[in-house]
Amino acid sequence: MKTVKRKLLQGNEACAEGALAAGVRFFAGYPITPSTEIAEIMAAKLPRLGGRFLQMEDEIAGMAAIIGASLAGTKSLTATSGPGFSLKQENFGYAIMTETPCVVVDVQRGGPSTGLPTSPSQGDVMQARWGTHGSHPVIALSPASVRETFDLTVKAVNFSEKFRLPVVLLLDEVIGHMREAIELPDYDEIEIIDRKKPQVPPEEYLPYKADEDGVPPMANFGDGYRFHVTGLTHDETGFPSNKPDVSAQLIKRLNDKIEKHKDEIIITEGYQLEDAEVVIFCYGCVARSAKRAVKEARESGKKVGLLRTATIWPFPAQVLQKSVKDAKYVLVPEMNEGQLLEEVERAIGCKLKVEGLNKINGELITPSEILEKIGEVI
Amino acid sequence: MQKEIRLSGSGGQGLILAGIILAAAAMKAGKNVVQTQSYGPEARGGASKAEVIISSEEIDYPKVVNPDIMLAMTQEACDKYVGDLKENGILILDSTYVKNVPNTKAKICSLPITQLAKNEVGKIIVANMVALGALIGHTEVVSFEKLEEAVMERIPMGTEKINKKALYLGYEAARKEL
Repeated sequence: MKTVKRKLLQGNEACAEGALAAGVRFFAGYPITPSTEIAEIMAAKLPRLGGRFLQMEDEIAGMAAIIGASLAGTKSLTATSGPGFSLKQENFGYAIMTETPCVVVDVQRGGPSTGLPTSPSQGDVMQARWGTHGSHPVIALSPASVRETFDLTVKAVNFSEKFRLPVVLLLDEVIGHMREAIELPDYDEIEIIDRKKPQVPPEEYLPYKADEDGVPPMANFGDGYRFHVTGLTHDETGFPSNKPDVSAQLIKRLNDKIEKHKDEIIITEGYQLEDAEVVIFCYGCVARSAKRAVKEARESGKKVGLLRTATIWPFPAQVLQKSVKDAKYVLVPEMNEGQLLEEVERAIGCKLKVEGLNKINGELITPSEILEKIGEVI
Repeated sequence: MQKEIRLSGSGGQGLILAGIILAAAAMKAGKNVVQTQSYGPEARGGASKAEVIISSEEIDYPKVVNPDIMLAMTQEACDKYVGDLKENGILILDSTYVKNVPNTKAKICSLPITQLAKNEVGKIIVANMVALGALIGHTEVVSFEKLEEAVMERIPMGTEKINKKALYLGYEAARKEL
């Protein structure tokens, strides 16, 4: 048993620690601000744990390498920021189609393009959802503290293993670079999930035949289970097929395996919601500002509550609908031009007033900006 | 009780490291801490600031709005941020670079921080440690012992002596000003 010790850790450090605790033993990437510390720590620590660190020639290769490592049986992760996340999108789709578990950490900075390298943003929310083409599922998590960065990194690895898909961890420059004094859990007590292995001999193995849960068991390359891996639509053997029923079944299964398990994937936190007339809905670093705003609003007798989501995709529509059923107004502060706002509107319909509070100058939304906006309605 | 501290200057002066060390010292004293920073893409030059919030309560918003304590290591940083200081706040200036002392109700402690590092330790690079020593000497926001412990854990091997010297130099200089 390790003794629990308080540590002063940065969000990026907590992410690297979480990855290692979850069993990640392969990192490939191309360093980019504000995610570089994750690569630095993995480079220092992975070799000592029998793992591998590869600095690749570019972002695209970084994504390709973690897919390859995962197919060979190693839990793998890469870290990037918006410009790199853009470049990784094609291979990200390949990981979805080939059902290869891996984690992509995107520490968001101001965009588009190279934008604001050292400033925070939440501009990649929709890129995480629809950055790669086709009708596909996605899991994207976004922490609001250093400790939660550790926990959600573990969860990201676990979800990727359990559901066999690439999982996005959306940090932002504030959370990635912020240091907090935190206690890490005992690594022996963390729940670790490993991908299912085939229970049949190699000659009977159908690599893309799913179990009841929609997820096929996965053999390691090199273990004697020879199989074909392709980005083309394929049947249960893994070989390409363009038959309409085969294609439709595959794409439906890929989406269903997340849709059917979304209750266990969606993680939210409510604060002062019971009697709230105004509900603030947010995620990531902005949740810190919102919490302060709720405290100050309550001190002046205003009934304001907060619903923070740690799971951005799949979108927590039902939790949101429940949380706002007695509210009059929903405010969605985001460091973008309203990417999740539209999703909120879609979930709530036109039953109540929904507004965004948007900031795109590279600075964190302040509690007073939120309070000012609330002051306009109550 | 919550104390908000802003360390400001230009890139390369070691302000972010100073912020990390200050946060680590406060953590050793059993406090909750959050440390953030803002800097430009340059390795040297450009505006740079580190912020530390020390509290016995949960810290929600991680940035400093109105500091209780502010360190300014350049004229530009001083002019830019002095307006944010609380009325009863404390402003610590490096008089090596801050020639125009601002008009403020805050208490001012002006010391030739970089000059002291250069003349007394022989290395400008430890100016951030002189500044940290001065900040603690003037404000006692954490104890000198905890600060020294935190410094020793975060500096390269072989530089213990000059860092200790720089810390103490700043501490003593600030104590004399009280």
